Amino acid sequence: MGYEDYEIVMGLEVHSELKTNTKIFCDCKNEFGGEPNTHCCPICTGMPGTLPVLNGKVVEYAIKAGLATNCKINQFSKQDRKNYFYPDLPKAYQVSQFDLPLCYEGEVEIEVEGEIRKIGITRIHIEEDAGKLNHEIGGTLVDYNRCGIPLIEIVSEPDFRSPVEVGIYMEKLRTILLYADVSDCKMNEGSLRCDVNLSVRKKGEKTLGTRTEMKNINSFSFAVKAAEYEAKRQIKVLESGGTIIQETRRWDEAKGVTISMRTKEEAHDYRYFPEPDLMPIITTDEQILNWKASLPIMPDVRKANYINDYELGSKEASILVASRKIADFFEAGASCSKNPKAVANWIISEVYSRLNEDEKEQGPMPIKGEDLGNLVNLIEEGTISGKMAKTVFEKMWQTGKSPVTIVDEEGLKQNSDEDALRTIATDVLNSNAKIVADYLGGKEAAIQSLMGQMMKATKGKANPKMVIDLLKELLEAMR
Amino acid sequence: MLYQKSVSALQHMLQNKEVTSEEVTQSYLDRIEMVDKKVGAYITVASESALATARAVDEKRNKGEVLSPFAGIPIGIKDNMCTEGLRTTCASKMLDNFVPPFDATIINKIKENDMIILGKLNMDEFAMGSSTENSAYHVTKNPWDLEYVPGGSSGGSAAAVAAELAPFTLGSDTGGSIRQPAHYCGVVGMKPTYGRVSRYGLIAFASSLDQIGPLTRDVRDAALALNLICGHDRMDSSSAFMDTPDFTTYLDQDIKGMRIALPREFMGEGIAEDVKASILSAVKILEHMGAVVDEVHMEMTEYALPSYYLISSAEASSNLARFDGIKYGHQAGDYDTLVELYKQSRDEGFGAEVKRRIMLGTYALSSGYYDAYYKKAQQVRTLIKNQFDLLFAEYDLVLTPTGPTTAFKIGAKVNNPIEMYLNDICTVPINIAGLPAISLNSGFDRMGLPIGLQLIGKGFDEGTILKVAHAYEQARVLDKVRPEL
Amino acid sequence: MKITREEVEHVAHLARLNLTEDEKIQMTKDMEAIIGFADQINALEIGDVIPTAHVIPINNVFRDDVARPSMDREKLLRNAPNQENGCFSVPKVVE
Ligand SMILES: [Mg+2]
Ligand SMILES: [Zn+2]
Repeated sequence: MGYEDYEIVMGLEVHSELKTNTKIFCDCKNEFGGEPNTHCCPICTGMPGTLPVLNGKVVEYAIKAGLATNCKINQFSKQDRKNYFYPDLPKAYQVSQFDLPLCYEGEVEIEVEGEIRKIGITRIHIEEDAGKLNHEIGGTLVDYNRCGIPLIEIVSEPDFRSPVEVGIYMEKLRTILLYADVSDCKMNEGSLRCDVNLSVRKKGEKTLGTRTEMKNINSFSFAVKAAEYEAKRQIKVLESGGTIIQETRRWDEAKGVTISMRTKEEAHDYRYFPEPDLMPIITTDEQILNWKASLPIMPDVRKANYINDYELGSKEASILVASRKIADFFEAGASCSKNPKAVANWIISEVYSRLNEDEKEQGPMPIKGEDLGNLVNLIEEGTISGKMAKTVFEKMWQTGKSPVTIVDEEGLKQNSDEDALRTIATDVLNSNAKIVADYLGGKEAAIQSLMGQMMKATKGKANPKMVIDLLKELLEAMR
Repeated sequence: MLYQKSVSALQHMLQNKEVTSEEVTQSYLDRIEMVDKKVGAYITVASESALATARAVDEKRNKGEVLSPFAGIPIGIKDNMCTEGLRTTCASKMLDNFVPPFDATIINKIKENDMIILGKLNMDEFAMGSSTENSAYHVTKNPWDLEYVPGGSSGGSAAAVAAELAPFTLGSDTGGSIRQPAHYCGVVGMKPTYGRVSRYGLIAFASSLDQIGPLTRDVRDAALALNLICGHDRMDSSSAFMDTPDFTTYLDQDIKGMRIALPREFMGEGIAEDVKASILSAVKILEHMGAVVDEVHMEMTEYALPSYYLISSAEASSNLARFDGIKYGHQAGDYDTLVELYKQSRDEGFGAEVKRRIMLGTYALSSGYYDAYYKKAQQVRTLIKNQFDLLFAEYDLVLTPTGPTTAFKIGAKVNNPIEMYLNDICTVPINIAGLPAISLNSGFDRMGLPIGLQLIGKGFDEGTILKVAHAYEQARVLDKVRPEL
Repeated sequence: MKITREEVEHVAHLARLNLTEDEKIQMTKDMEAIIGFADQINALEIGDVIPTAHVIPINNVFRDDVARPSMDREKLLRNAPNQENGCFSVPKVVE
């Protein structure tokens, strides 16, 4: 028996910070970083006597995330206390949701090696983030700036069968949350992190094996690597006759291994109970409809549309929908362009290379989608050459001006005026008697030199096709 | 003597400039200096800041500024409400050195009204108890007989009013903690409807039951105090969106035709004869004034107490978990690990009763027991609430004794938690149902100790309670008014 | 309901209380009495009555998502028994 005789079963719990202005239960700002304990007040540090009041935006964002992942919404929802002692949790309980999460029974589609796989979403609930512990030599320092940042926890069904799927799913979830505009999903700031639950079983077996949990992984690639390592580790243990212990493990990136975090035998007993300081959350059909209507079209639908309407390839379409910003940009360009496919190519070859990873997702674009569409139209109409278009694009990128403006201002319009070109061509032929003689003597390549003279005379703006035709016509007439 | 005046009398005198706030405040501080050694109502007396504030208010008044009717009136505060810059202990060693960096909403109101905080009053540790014997500082004595307990947990607040150490005080009531000491000390104690008074800054015992209320000399003062403390607060999610009426408008009204229920379950076994007799004589007076009093049945009452202890302890076990010796409060001196720091700090900081409740609450919420205890208690809560709804469909008020007995001797029940818990039997159902209720004196037992009468109203109908309580207060004849100290 | 010493120790650990030997003995007795008393409600057949968590029917209490100034750090940390570099400090947490 070996690795290939086993099936890996994984489920994910993804925590995502919501992009509200303020924390979940107090008026402190929701902002990454800052000097320790400067985004804090008596409420988010759990001072005696303080009480929480829920930030309404948190409910809106969580439900939007649920709608974007095809969840059902609990129109009667409540919050609960999860009790445990740890220095990052100032009240010694986390306000979370137990039996009535805001969203449940959703589904996300992922594409694995060209095949569509459905990952079930068990639930999405809201909760408060804990503080940050900084481990120093002498002790541990507690910074509560992050304490009370609103989170959604997206719990998946144990539907993953390979570590690769984990990475694809995380990427997909990130795209969806960015589309729904409820989270910044900045991995380096820890605003998207996941816990991976993993067990293995012999292929064909029905019952699940004992699972381990890897907590707080804040990178997609770490999640994949941790899952790969952990699956192999579990199989090795089982193959050598051992048993898997249900435990929490942590991914050590430097060593490339998962390490048991259990220090002592300790069964968790969170003693959940309804949070008496917070009132039930009741959402109406109308609110849900409004939030649903405010969501943009999701990437899967857009991708299908691009393939159908614009005849894009699956790969190109995938690239365009990976970021809502790019997809919106493409759609703006495509909708006013005579050649949407060309717009897509421009984005993939020119726009993409000019943006870094962050810029692909947020911040303003230097140019408008419509302008790119119009640039493509100028080529299509023969107003400018493909080569000239690159120059125009560069200018657009630098100045933000429309292609028409740039072409006008710089006088870059292709010269297609036959009479004018004929006059210039006659001049060129008259003043280049030697080259004309060469051509007429059978040296046909000499026409290139005449062509160059023409372009020089028109500052490169002459419609090249017309010039060639004209030169040939005039030269033949001289025979 | 100034310290003998009611709040309404003091308001009048201050507004007419017959007396200054400084004089009133000084008279209380002198009285505290003289008498509180015997009574022990206060944990902290804020003499300096009280006098400074009083002088500032007097200055404002002399300048002709428009002031609140409460401007210059002194008040005593139970030591579980956060006062910025003034030590707030919850009568616990755990918070011995805790100086809150913020004010409770109720304290904000007091300050906005230019009132004078005399100091912080003794209580059972974290409001857990019925005798104020569970204070980490000292036992407060009943001003009517110093060998007796004042009741609890707002024992300091009740004793201070009875001993004239404050014109009125604030207490908190989770299972009777305002009304039961009011009953033992012969003063008026009112628990408003849950949601009437902001809990922001009240150090929580049991969040779904806690409510701040006043302890006063008479019903008029109680009405005035409600005017001061009620109102919606954006800092408290459980704060009701309710307008605050002028509660004094309910006073001096005819009570003819008022329908009052007298549940047999509160007048049976376990209720002292003197208490029963006093309640029945009060019933006669009310009937004489035209009220209709019917004996009724009220089911489920025997389940109120166990369900109260489960709910309140469960919530308390979670509310008190934050006291871990890291951010504030007592920290043990000797520890190696984090877990040791937690366990040792909490063991040293909390008293026996608090630990008992934390243990009970933790047990009731722990895996395997939640359904049998916590959930069941919440279901009982529904049924008790329904019982009150049934009664209030027919009656304006429910009348009961405030407690089964009058005050007991200090030390008499400290070793028997269950017996101690039984003191709350008449008061806890009201908290479970979130209703308003008042306790006021209806006479004295054969030992000369006060007896309390409890009037329970519909949710947010404090007005009717005040109306009947005031009418009764005007009609009753008491053989003594104030304790000799 | 019999309460064992092990249960007392387990619950004390969950609640992070270091009970002394005497306290454990007393607590076992007290808890047995109190739980016994609380067990009254278990005799009650009440089927699927909806539990009441909030006694007054208030729903949807929300704050506006508008930032207000946080508290001055020095003031916030004033009650901390141990602090360092603007942080609360605790014994080293084993990672
Ligand atoms: Mg969570
Ligand atoms: Zn805050």
